[in-house]
Amino acid sequence: MPDARAQSDEALLDRFQHAAFGYFLENCNPVNGLVADTSRNNSPASIAVVGFALSCYPVGVERGWMTRDDAIASTLATLRFFWNSAQNEEPLSTGHMGFYYHFLDMHRGIRVWDCELSLIDTTLLLAGMLTAAMYFDGDSPRETEIRTLTDALYRRVDWHWAQGACATVRQGWKPESGFLHYGWEGYSEAAILYVLGLASPPHPLPADSYAGWSSTYQWENIYNYDLLYAGPMFIHQFSHAWIDFRNIRDKFMRAKNSDYFENSRRSAFAQREYARRNAHGFVGYGENCWGFAACDGPGFETLKIDGRKRRVFGYAARGIPYGPDDGTIAPWTALASLPFAPDIALAALRHFCAQYPDVTQADRLPSGFNPTLPGRGPGGWISEGCFGLDQGLIVMMIENYRSQMIWNLMKRCPLISAGLRHAGFTGGWLSQPEARPDAQK
Amino acid sequence: MHRNNVLPELLYQETHGPELLANTHPADWRNPVPKDKYNLVVIGAGPAGLVAARGAAGLGASVALIERNFIGGDCLIMGCVPSKAILRTSRLYAEMHDARNYGAPVPSGIAVDFPAAMERMRHLRGRLSGYDSVQRLREEGVDVFFGSARFMGPEAVSVGGVTLHFQKALVATGARPKTPDIPGLAQAGYLTNENVFDLIHQPKRLLVIGGGPLGCELAQAFCRLGIEVVLAQDDPMFLPGEERDAAQILSDALALDGIEIHLNSPVVAVRLDHGQKVVDIVNDGDKRTIAVDEILTGVGRSPNVEGMDLEAAGVAYDTETGIVVNDFLQTTNKRIYAAGDVCLEHKFTHSAEASARIVVQNALFLGRKRLSALNIPWCTYTDPEIAHVGIYVREAREKNIPVKTFTILMHDVDRAVLDGEEEGFVKIHVREGSDRIVGATIVARHAGEMINGITMAINSGIGLRALAQVIHPYPTQASAIRMAADAYNRTRLTPLLRAFSKWWLAKGRA
Ligand SMILES: Cc1cc2nc3c(=O)[nH]c(=O)nc-3n(C[C@H](O)[C@H](O)[C@H](O)COP(=O)(O)OP(=O)(O)OC[C@H]3O[C@@H](n4cnc5c(N)ncnc54)[C@H](O)[C@@H]3O)c2cc1C
Repeated sequence: MPDARAQSDEALLDRFQHAAFGYFLENCNPVNGLVADTSRNNSPASIAVVGFALSCYPVGVERGWMTRDDAIASTLATLRFFWNSAQNEEPLSTGHMGFYYHFLDMHRGIRVWDCELSLIDTTLLLAGMLTAAMYFDGDSPRETEIRTLTDALYRRVDWHWAQGACATVRQGWKPESGFLHYGWEGYSEAAILYVLGLASPPHPLPADSYAGWSSTYQWENIYNYDLLYAGPMFIHQFSHAWIDFRNIRDKFMRAKNSDYFENSRRSAFAQREYARRNAHGFVGYGENCWGFAACDGPGFETLKIDGRKRRVFGYAARGIPYGPDDGTIAPWTALASLPFAPDIALAALRHFCAQYPDVTQADRLPSGFNPTLPGRGPGGWISEGCFGLDQGLIVMMIENYRSQMIWNLMKRCPLISAGLRHAGFTGGWLSQPEARPDAQK
Repeated sequence: MHRNNVLPELLYQETHGPELLANTHPADWRNPVPKDKYNLVVIGAGPAGLVAARGAAGLGASVALIERNFIGGDCLIMGCVPSKAILRTSRLYAEMHDARNYGAPVPSGIAVDFPAAMERMRHLRGRLSGYDSVQRLREEGVDVFFGSARFMGPEAVSVGGVTLHFQKALVATGARPKTPDIPGLAQAGYLTNENVFDLIHQPKRLLVIGGGPLGCELAQAFCRLGIEVVLAQDDPMFLPGEERDAAQILSDALALDGIEIHLNSPVVAVRLDHGQKVVDIVNDGDKRTIAVDEILTGVGRSPNVEGMDLEAAGVAYDTETGIVVNDFLQTTNKRIYAAGDVCLEHKFTHSAEASARIVVQNALFLGRKRLSALNIPWCTYTDPEIAHVGIYVREAREKNIPVKTFTILMHDVDRAVLDGEEEGFVKIHVREGSDRIVGATIVARHAGEMINGITMAINSGIGLRALAQVIHPYPTQASAIRMAADAYNRTRLTPLLRAFSKWWLAKGRA
């Protein structure tokens, strides 16, 4: 492995982006296009990871890591699988009402773990399909089929149903118990969900649903940053992997004289501030060692470390500044802040490379590591293998930083700009001619 | 209901009773001979009734106070007072276990003395009962009648066989615990706040149903007193209605104490099995079964509106929301007022008292004081405490008030760091573009004490700019409030102002 210290930023990023991309080639079932949630044995597929895979293939083609033919083959396999998959209320189907279960059997493509029919994960899957449809714009039958299937799959989603007769969308649904009871309020990664839902011609979310959701936002001054608060960093990243939020504003952001991109930037800085303070006295935290998000952790238990009672978690959303925080760092979320805050994201990556070679081995960042707990190296406890979600986000965010490729593709996607407009976004690239619906080809 | 682990009536009187009973319901009490007509007849001697009766008597009114149970009401006997007493003991145990974080050795073999904790609580309750004792009330000129009150018409009420005529009356009969409708629960037996403080032995495992203030406080207290506690809440978070971040911190704190938490998890069935209570809890379709020794419920409170013949007096009520009152706390019978838990949405001792003060003014002195003008803070006394005043961000948005929140983390407050009490925050909500405080939430060890500065500011219309001028002794935890005000001031430093200040200073150097 080359010494990160001697490498230029560009070379270092290329290294991590390429490695992250490799995840999708290694963990994909070519027959149905499903991609494993994690690199661990017997991992089921996660539909969100499939969405990331579909978004990453075009990056791979552009960067010469995958042929266009292979990318088309994988994309088509995925779309055909979903188009032909079982859609019904049965507990062992693939989806219902156009949405899909969060986790699917890698081979049979049916629901596993009694998991929920997931709205946000379906959204990420659709975002990947739309990315593919935008990228593969050739006239060949196969590229045409990509676009036709994507359109059909998107139109099949009944967003209106997903509100479950409430003002905002529900988080999920189970055949056994109906809509999940969890409140899903406050700023979250759901922006892209509303954008896609609002734009749907056959079953749109009502126009006021976005307003209903944003009415639960909280504008806060924390550590002297004015921000739309959300604790876990991934919330400030997921929608941004596809949508360039620079200078486009909805009603909320117009009132605050900010935008969601700027908000993600400040949130990254707030994360860093939190780590600098290290109020809970965790090992490693510092200005270049931060990253708090939904990630894998040491497991749910209460430990006594240096006489101090500590509760650690397994896979859970960690957030700042109110917690939960168990000393686990999600290094990928720091790197994925690259488009917003390149300086501190790169500094964090270089720090991870220099201080935690056990964490950064093979250039693929694990879901989480916890230096407060004992382990084989300085990284302490390290999550085994890696997670597709994190790798996909890394590929896309590094790409958006390097070339803005995904953002530019999606700016031309009529559904995205229509959805943004329905949500009340104006200005920036949305007012430019190529984003106007009449300018679409 | 007969319960083995709860003090029987006699033992109750002998071991813990004397002082408490002598003060709050003496066995040899004789009701006085009623006066022809009272300026004010008060029904219920809880915080609301007591404040009204003493206040009115102090101003020269002839007052009768009717109580069917104990002077002091829920607050003294089975609410605030006993709960806060055991919370203190439980905090001591928590700190003993945590001694190393304070640079002290953990005492070896910490064994919880449960009966001692309960005994201290009963002793303190007895002591506090002296402040509002029946003797004092009599000395202050209040005619105290023990017995159940019943209206005989729009201007008269009967108690213990006599009829009292009134110019004005106040209904302050409080509330009682709601019974959860869970199959098998009644047969298996359960505790509520009405008998949980009479426990004599420490149960090994306790299920608390309900994650509101009562459930959270008592779950934490009993857990720290060495009981294995399971806390089940059907809502996705504790303290529904409270700020999400506050509930998050609380949930983490409870889990760290070792409470087994089941959120989003209704209890669906209870059965007895070999003396154990076997309980089914459901979470998103998944059923879990646990076995416990005792079950404590805290799922809300129902107003005491029945059995008083309110109809005879023309007083309208709802069994869920209580007696119907207007903003002046007048019922549908203009002579009759209500105060406290029996009519208020926010059921607290201080709101009961504040509403009673309004009633004295309005009923007896032609006052036009409004309930809606009150600015009522509240606090949940878990560790950390969660205190709130004013409106929530959610409510502000509903009312179309744009708000901005200034947040100070307790880990940035020197004194909190030094005290090892860094968990929590101060959030002050202001109307965007101004410094007007519309609400605040504090999560901190002493949040209940800290909120007062903000309540005072809201009451007197003082904004954050003025709060920034208030000097706090250093180091104190309440200086977090000034820090929030400082953060506000910093946001006023616009680029233009900054540029001007730079230019001015450069000029000085020239
Ligand atoms: C466990 C617990 C902890 C609590 N902790 C706090 C706290 O920390 N802080 C806080 O502010 N609040 C707390 N509360 C709430 C607080 O106790 C109540 O809000 C308060 O007691 C209400 O006062 P009140 O005068 O309206 O009614 P009560 O205190 O309920 O008094 C009503 C009285 O009326 C009597 N009565 C009822 N019907 C009749 C009748 N027909 N005839 C004669 N008498 C009658 C009752 O016997 C009772 O004594 C707590 C409550 C509980 C259960």
